[in-house]
Amino acid sequence: MIDTMALLNEIKKTPYKEITVSAPHSGRIEFAVKDTGIKVNGVSGTWNERPGTLLARLVREGNAKPVHAPEKGEVLHFFDIEDGQFVQAGTPLLNIRHFLTKQEVMDIILKKALNLFKAPEKGRYYFVSDIDIKIKTQGLRSVNIKDGDEVLILSRMKRETIIHYEGPDGIIYTTYFDSNESVDMDAPLFGVCPEDQVNNIKTVIDKIQSGWEEQE
Amino acid sequence: MIHCKDLKNPQTEASLRILIFNATHKNMTDIDKQIQDLKERLQYIQDIFGNRENANVSLLGSKLNDFVHALPSLGPAQIKRQLGSLSDLFTFLENKLEKELTPMDRVRIVRHPQRVCLKDILENVYDNYTEIGGQGEYSIDPSMIIARAYITRNVGKKIYKQPVMVIGQEKGHGQEFRNGGSVKPWGNAKALEYMKVAVTENIPIHTYIFTPGSYPVEDYPGAAQQIARNIYAMAGINVPVVAVISEGGSGGAEAIGLADTRIMLSHGYYSVISPEGAAAIEGRAKSGSRISPELVESCARQLRITAQDNLKMGYIDRVLQEPSLGARPEHFDFFKKLRQEVILATDEIILSVRGIKLFRAIALRKLNNPNIYVRWGLSQKSGERLLWRRYQKYRALSRWAYKDSTPAWQKYKIAVSEAAWSVYSFLRYEFFGRHQRAITHLAEDVQGEVHALFGRVMHKTSKLLRKLPGVKKEKEEVCQLTTLSTWEEGMSWDEHCRYISPQANQDRTLPCPNANKFNCLDLWAPDLFGDFAGVCSHCGHHFPMEYEWYLFNVFDPRSIREFSPRLESLNPLDFEGLEHKLDQAKKQTGHKSGCMTFEADIKGIRVVVAVLLARFRGGSVGAAEGEKFSRAVEQARRKHMPFLAYVHGTAGIRIQEGTNGLIQMPRCTLSVRRYLEAGGLYLVLYDTNSYAGPVASFLGCSPYQFAIRSANIGFAGPAVIRETTGLDIPPDYHNAFMALSRGHIQGIWDRREIRNNLHHALMTMGGEFLYYR
Repeated sequence: MIDTMALLNEIKKTPYKEITVSAPHSGRIEFAVKDTGIKVNGVSGTWNERPGTLLARLVREGNAKPVHAPEKGEVLHFFDIEDGQFVQAGTPLLNIRHFLTKQEVMDIILKKALNLFKAPEKGRYYFVSDIDIKIKTQGLRSVNIKDGDEVLILSRMKRETIIHYEGPDGIIYTTYFDSNESVDMDAPLFGVCPEDQVNNIKTVIDKIQSGWEEQE
Repeated sequence: MIHCKDLKNPQTEASLRILIFNATHKNMTDIDKQIQDLKERLQYIQDIFGNRENANVSLLGSKLNDFVHALPSLGPAQIKRQLGSLSDLFTFLENKLEKELTPMDRVRIVRHPQRVCLKDILENVYDNYTEIGGQGEYSIDPSMIIARAYITRNVGKKIYKQPVMVIGQEKGHGQEFRNGGSVKPWGNAKALEYMKVAVTENIPIHTYIFTPGSYPVEDYPGAAQQIARNIYAMAGINVPVVAVISEGGSGGAEAIGLADTRIMLSHGYYSVISPEGAAAIEGRAKSGSRISPELVESCARQLRITAQDNLKMGYIDRVLQEPSLGARPEHFDFFKKLRQEVILATDEIILSVRGIKLFRAIALRKLNNPNIYVRWGLSQKSGERLLWRRYQKYRALSRWAYKDSTPAWQKYKIAVSEAAWSVYSFLRYEFFGRHQRAITHLAEDVQGEVHALFGRVMHKTSKLLRKLPGVKKEKEEVCQLTTLSTWEEGMSWDEHCRYISPQANQDRTLPCPNANKFNCLDLWAPDLFGDFAGVCSHCGHHFPMEYEWYLFNVFDPRSIREFSPRLESLNPLDFEGLEHKLDQAKKQTGHKSGCMTFEADIKGIRVVVAVLLARFRGGSVGAAEGEKFSRAVEQARRKHMPFLAYVHGTAGIRIQEGTNGLIQMPRCTLSVRRYLEAGGLYLVLYDTNSYAGPVASFLGCSPYQFAIRSANIGFAGPAVIRETTGLDIPPDYHNAFMALSRGHIQGIWDRREIRNNLHHALMTMGGEFLYYR
C-alpha cells in the first residue's frame, strides 16, 4: 500500500523530469543549440512525422546526422563538450528539463498505485458477460475481483479463450483497451486497486485534474 | 368594378381609397425592387473588380447613393425618369467596364455565386431532362451532374425530339454539398459510366465544364488514374462530343473535355492551374504565407487563360459571347444563343462525317440559324471517321509551341524512312502477316488433330522402343545436372558497369531515410551509388539515381538510337523568367527538352522508349515533350514495336506554358489509344516522383504500370492537398506501395532487377510477336 498523496507532493516538488541527450554514435559534434534556457520541441504531427528541434549535428565520415530533441522542454545544461569535438557513442551532450503534463503525472501515480493486468498475448479482449453487465449497469468501479476469477475473453481468429485474473484482490479502477481493437502482447488491459485505496486515488486524481498547472 | 353612381356610398368611397393606396403602394414596391436590382448590379460589379479603384464603379456608387438619398423629396414622375436614366447609365458603364476586364476579373466572374451554372443551363437550354445518378446531395458525387435531356426541333411540319447525354460539374444550387465543382474520383467515374451509356444509345454528349480542378484524393479509383481513364475512353467514344467551357481548371476540365468541338464562354477561363496556384509556385510561397494579389494578377495575365487567348492558340473552336460582365441566370437571351450554338456544333460534327450531307452542310455554314434537321445518330463507319477526325484535330494542336531545328534534308530523310516503314509494316503485318497467320492457324489445327489421333499410339510405341537395347536415352538432363552454368551471352559484367554516377564520387557516408525504423547502417557513397545501384543494403530503400544509369544498365550496350533530339522546348507564352530557366536546364542536361526518345534493345528485343527527365525542369511536360512523346508512340506503331515510357520523374504539366502544356494530356492520350488499338504493348515505369497531368493522362491510361521501389506516384503533392482540401495526409500517402494497394499500379520492381523484369514483362505480356494483333 502506498501513500498516493505523499507521492503527488513529491512530484510537485520537482514537477519535471530531466532527460539526458547523449550521442547516438561517435562523431564530431556541431551544436545547433548553443545556450541554456532555450525552449525546444519534441516530435509532433499526426503521425509523429515532424522531428523535434534540431539540437546538434554529429558528423561521421562526412555525413552530418541530426540529433533532435526527444521531448518538449528547455535546455538545462550542457556537458563539458566543445563545439567540433569528437565524441564517442553514448557521451552525454546536454540535459533537457521536461515539465510534466497532467496526463503524465496521472500516469505516474496510477502506475504506482494500481496493479496492472497485462495482455498475455495479442488479440481482441472483452470482459466476461457477468462483469460486462455489471460495468454497464453500475459503472466501472463496481466490480470486485479476486485472484483466479474469470475476467476476460481473448478472441483471436474466432477462437475464444477465457483469461483468469492473477494478482491482488481489489476493484477494477480503469481499463486501457477497446473491445473492437486488437491489443498487443504485454500491453496493460486494466488496473486494479484495493478497495480501501479507491477514494484515496480518486482524490489525488481529482486534485491533479483541477489543480495541476502545466509549465512551459 | 366601381360605378360613378356608387361613389356617394361611403362604403364604396372607402374601397376606392384602398384601391388608390394599393396602386401607389404597388408603384412604390416597383421602385424599391428596381433600386434593389440596381444595388445588386452595383454589388456584382464591385465583386468583380475586387479591390481595384475604378472611377466608373465609384461613379455608379455615388449616383445610386444620391438618388436613394433624394428619393423622399421626389415626385413619382421624377422618380420614374431618374430611375430610367440611372438604369441607362448602369448599362452604359457596364458595357464600358466590360472592355476593362483583366484576366483575373474574369476569374472572379466565373467564381461568382451569380454565375450561370449547369442546372440553369439544363432548365433553359434543353427542353426537358431527367437527372440521373443522384438527386441533390444524395449522389455519389454531387459536384458531377449527369442528365439525359432532349432538344425539340420543329422542322417543316414535323417535330423532332433529339436526345443528348449532358455531363458537367455543378457549383451552385446547393453550394454546401457541391464542393465548389471539384469532382472526386468517383464522380469522374460516374461521368465515364454514362458516356459509355451514350455510346450504347448512339446519342451525342454535351459536356459543361465548371470546375476549378479535380479533388486530389488518392482513394480508389484515384484522382489521376480516373482522369486518365476518362481521357482514354473519350479518345475512343464514337459519338459526337461538344464541350462548353466556363471554368476549365486543369485535370478536372480534361476529365470531360476531350471533345470534337470546344465552345468557350467569352468570360470563362481555361487554364493549366489556378492563377493562385501558379503564383504560389512562382513566388515559392511556403504553406500559410500569403501571396501578393499583384503576383496572382500577373500570373493570370501571363498564363493566357481567357477565351480569346485560347481561341488564338487554337485550343477551343469558338467563343460564345456573353452579356456584359458575364452571364447570370436572368439572361435568357444568352441561354437561347447557347442552345443554338450547341445544336449547331452537334449538327456540324454529324454532317462532317456523314455520307449524305452536301446541302445541309452548306446551309449550316451559310445560314446563321438554319431550319434543317440532322439526325443525331451515327453509323459504324461514320463513327470511325469521327474518331479519326478527332485524332487529327488534337494531333495538329500546339505545333507552333515548340521548335524543331532538324535540318530540312534530315526531315525529308525521316519522312521517307517513315513512309518506307509504313509500307513495310503494311506488307509485313497486314498483307503478308494476315495470310501467314491464317496458314499458321490452319497448320496448328491440323497438327492438333493429328496429335490427338496418333498421340496414344506414338506414346505406346516410344515406350516399347525405349525398352529395346541400343536405343539411346535423352542426354540433355544429365548434361544439365553435371555441367556448370555459364553467363548468358552478351551479359559480360564490365560492359554493363561503365556508367559511374557522379554521386559515387564523394568520400562520405549517407544515412538511409528508414534508419530509425530498420536501424540501417550508414552507407558509403561509392558503395551505394556504384556497386549497390543506389539501394540500401539493409532495408532496400532506393536512393534516386540519374536516368543515365538506366540507359547503361537496362538496355543492351550500344543499342540506343535516339530520334528527334532537336525538338526544342520554347517559351510560347513569353512567361517571365522561363526563357532563362529553360536555357539553364538545356545546359545542365544537354537535352533540348524534358523528354528523350529512342529505340533500344532489351536482351535483343527492340523497343521504343520515351524517358521523362526529372532534371529538366522537374520532368514537366510542355508542347515539345508532348510532341516527342506522341512521335515516339507513332514510331512504335509504325514499326510494330513495344513501347516503354520510363518516367524518371515528372512534376506535371509545365505551368508556364499554360494551355499549350495542358492540351498535351488529351493529345498524347489520343496517340496512345491509337497505338493500343492497333495492338501495341505499352508499359509505364515510374521512378522517383511522378505527379499530376502526365500521370492523369497518357501515363495513367496504360494497362501495365509499374514503379521502381521508393517511388512516389500521385495526383497532387502533399502541400497542394493540404491547401485545397484541408486534409492532413500521412507522410507515405503517395508511396509506391500505397499506390499498389490502391490498385493504381500493377507492380513494384527492384532497380537491380529492371532489365530482367522488363524482359520478362515483354515476353509474358507481349507474347510471341510482342504486338498483339
